[in-house]
Amino acid sequence: MTYTQLAVLGVVLVVLLDLVVLRTRLLGRRVFWTSYAIIGFFQLLTNGWLTGREIVTYNPDTALTSGEVLLLGDWRIAFAPVEDLMFGFALIVLTLDLWVVWSRRGIEREPYADGPWVRRRDARLAAQRAAGGDEGQADQRARSARP
Amino acid sequence: MDRARFVRFGGVGQARDVLEVLQPYSYLAVLASILLTTLPLELYLGVRVWRRPRRLALTVLPVIVVFVLWDLYAIDAQHWFFDPTQTSGVTLGTLPLEELLFFIVVPIAAAMTLEAVRVVKPHWVVGDEA
Repeated sequence: MTYTQLAVLGVVLVVLLDLVVLRTRLLGRRVFWTSYAIIGFFQLLTNGWLTGREIVTYNPDTALTSGEVLLLGDWRIAFAPVEDLMFGFALIVLTLDLWVVWSRRGIEREPYADGPWVRRRDARLAAQRAAGGDEGQADQRARSARP
Repeated sequence: MDRARFVRFGGVGQARDVLEVLQPYSYLAVLASILLTTLPLELYLGVRVWRRPRRLALTVLPVIVVFVLWDLYAIDAQHWFFDPTQTSGVTLGTLPLEELLFFIVVPIAAAMTLEAVRVVKPHWVVGDEA
């Protein structure tokens, strides 16, 4: 099989995994696509380094690109062949599906995030609540996922 | 680039020597940069990805199995090649060590990103809420 075929197959398999097999349905959630946008941006940076410096090179017989390392064009984005984006998508969906599935089954779901930034925010929200008496909308939303 | 030209500008030549020494770590440097840039998510937001070792291992291990197999097949079928001058030279069979580490580092960074987004957007449903 060519890299192109495997990359398409990889995307199809993780979509089926997410929607049919595990039913995590991350692909229908805003939290996933926002995360993927961030991860995708950094993938373009890091993969651009790996492919632009030719740390990794590709066989044009098995990919869409004809082999010339371009910033954009000839089936390349940020030096990397478009198949790499599909490869990365499969990697990310498989990873996040598993991360969520184990949590669903009760494996280390809690404690929730508790860093200094979160503690400061929660303290601020608590102070607002105490001062205002009624809970602000943002506060309610912040608390809904952390009962 | 002509080496003699660099030698005449002593400092520049030395800088290039340093770059040459660092060259085998070009790929490892990428992995290190991913770990370093995501570390504040653990320390500052407290996403608790590093501190959920069981869930993290159960996530990363299947990813390693699937993608190392893909990688080994791709190397065997000559889908892609690694520059021996820009990698450490440590391999597991035909697999460069960097590739194995990639399938550990990237899933960790991905899980940290998801958890960071949910910290900032607590009302967005992930699907594992209690």
